[in-house]
Amino acid sequence: MSAVVHEKYILEPRDAGFCLQLTGDWRFSDGIPDIEPLLQRLSAEPTQQQLNFDGNQLGKWDSGLMTFLVQLIEYCQQQQIEVKTAGLPPGVQKLLTLAFAVPERKGARRQILGQPILTKIGNVTIEMHRSWYDLLHFIGEIILSTLKMFRGKARFRRSDLLYQIEGAGPSALPIITLIGILIGLILAFVGAVQLRLFGAQIFVADLVGLGMAREMGAMMTAIIMAGRTGAAYAAQLGTMQVNEEIDALKTMGISPVEFLVLPRLIALCITMPLLCIYADFMGIIGGAIVCSTMLDISFFQYFQQIQNAVPLKHFIIGIVKSGIFGVLVATSGCFRGMQCGRSASAVGYAATSAVVTSIVLIVVADAIITIISQILGV
Amino acid sequence: MTEYHHLEIHNLTMAYGDIVIQENLNFTVKQGEIFVIMGGSGCGKSTLLRHLVGLMQPAEGDIFINGVNLWQASQMERNEIISHSGVLYQGGALWSSMTLAENIAVPLMEYTQLTEKQITDVISYKLSLVGLAGFEDYYPSEISGGMQKRAGLARAMALDPDILFFDEPSAGLDPISSRLLDDLILELRDSLGATVVIVSHELASIFAVGDQAIFLDSDSKTIIATGAPKELLESSDDPRVRRFLTRAAHGSMETEVRTYV
Repeated sequence: MSAVVHEKYILEPRDAGFCLQLTGDWRFSDGIPDIEPLLQRLSAEPTQQQLNFDGNQLGKWDSGLMTFLVQLIEYCQQQQIEVKTAGLPPGVQKLLTLAFAVPERKGARRQILGQPILTKIGNVTIEMHRSWYDLLHFIGEIILSTLKMFRGKARFRRSDLLYQIEGAGPSALPIITLIGILIGLILAFVGAVQLRLFGAQIFVADLVGLGMAREMGAMMTAIIMAGRTGAAYAAQLGTMQVNEEIDALKTMGISPVEFLVLPRLIALCITMPLLCIYADFMGIIGGAIVCSTMLDISFFQYFQQIQNAVPLKHFIIGIVKSGIFGVLVATSGCFRGMQCGRSASAVGYAATSAVVTSIVLIVVADAIITIISQILGV
Repeated sequence: MTEYHHLEIHNLTMAYGDIVIQENLNFTVKQGEIFVIMGGSGCGKSTLLRHLVGLMQPAEGDIFINGVNLWQASQMERNEIISHSGVLYQGGALWSSMTLAENIAVPLMEYTQLTEKQITDVISYKLSLVGLAGFEDYYPSEISGGMQKRAGLARAMALDPDILFFDEPSAGLDPISSRLLDDLILELRDSLGATVVIVSHELASIFAVGDQAIFLDSDSKTIIATGAPKELLESSDDPRVRRFLTRAAHGSMETEVRTYV
């Protein structure tokens, strides 16, 4: 059989085997020839048991040449053709030796297999079961640490608590102010358009007062804090998990729940009701702006009306709710953070799922509380 | 290959704000040389490396790579220069949300026009060079620290760089792995003809691989010794350098404690 000739190589039978002569530059930028014709030629003549190289004409080369040679040599090894690299430049020879120095570890390569649907359902179920178990475990730990704290035995740094309170309280005021006023404005607007038809403008005050005090104040604060603080907790604890900082606490015999979760939980339990009161107040101011500009109701009239229409118990219900929301936001933020995997994307996932979990829990809890207070008649 | 200065540093001063770390640094690295930057902890070795790879801008002075002034070039030119260098960070700095194959594929996809098949071939070749054949689909968190480091090296070599920077290559490796990595560095230098700059305080590896070295001192804030590591060990008369290179076997321990504590 004849030789295979290409502008970059010539493969010809010589002596007892093949000789591959390489010419010109072999860099990726110069284009690397297809290896298939070579392999076909080699397999066409199984009697030839040796492959030699001639690299005298070889110009510049980079990984392009190397990947070509590696594939060629791997093929020869499969076909039991002996490869002699002596004709190649010394650098190439050394790299080839390196590349074949450590054989591929058996079983290292992964096979991606499609799973049957039942296996998938089974895996998801087991995963869900495990995650429920983790959650219960976490809640249990929180309760135990809280009890310990009441006995004055919980170990966390007081400065941490103050720092967390600052982060979850005063720093949140600007955004709460903005959202609070806007929610008040929107409530008043929606009410004003309808109530004006009946000449009942003054009841806008009732609407805004009741709405803010019972529902919107607590709800909006909770959602803002879920996005602002809950996500931050998940990201902080998640990063600590990645950096083995949480392991460091555990090996010192300090419970991460006591040391990290408790201050955050307490901070949110303290600041959320306060922020809720503030948001209620801001919402009512927002309503007052609409009433005084659109409906010709004076500030005095407006506040008088709210005082009569909204008894204190509505405010108290809102404040109690926001305390509960605080617990939910802190717990889901910290839980997702502690659950976090050990990569950068796991931290992102923890933060996202902390927000989603908090918001779902907030809305569900709100519905449950509304039903309970309906039954109790408060 | 003709010998030329691959890397030239003129009067470099490094500072964080007002705090000067090192000043008046002058040295050159020749093509194909293994150049070691050594010194005690906190003397600014890693900061110097961050300057050389273009992560930090010098407070004063110039850095020339292949004769081009790194900080007088435009952002585009700088990226072009930097893409010809490979950096191995202390912990490997692999992107944790990508598999090893994806990690190596990023620079290849960014800077070359290779086809997918070619990229796959390059990835498996580079991984086999560092002894990780078959580990393409593993995430960094699933392999050991030493393997992460080698995978980091495979990524640093993805674009066939002509200059390689290593930040503490032996840190966190057992003596055997660290020795193997040193051998690998030597092999790669010999076969690729690449220039290698290593930041290290591991004496064994400094003596094993270093052709030339500079010694940074944190008190005098500049280079206090230059030369081949072995020659420095034999002939340096500076007590600080001798203490470092002999692991404080020479010179009294008392001054040692006073200097470092």
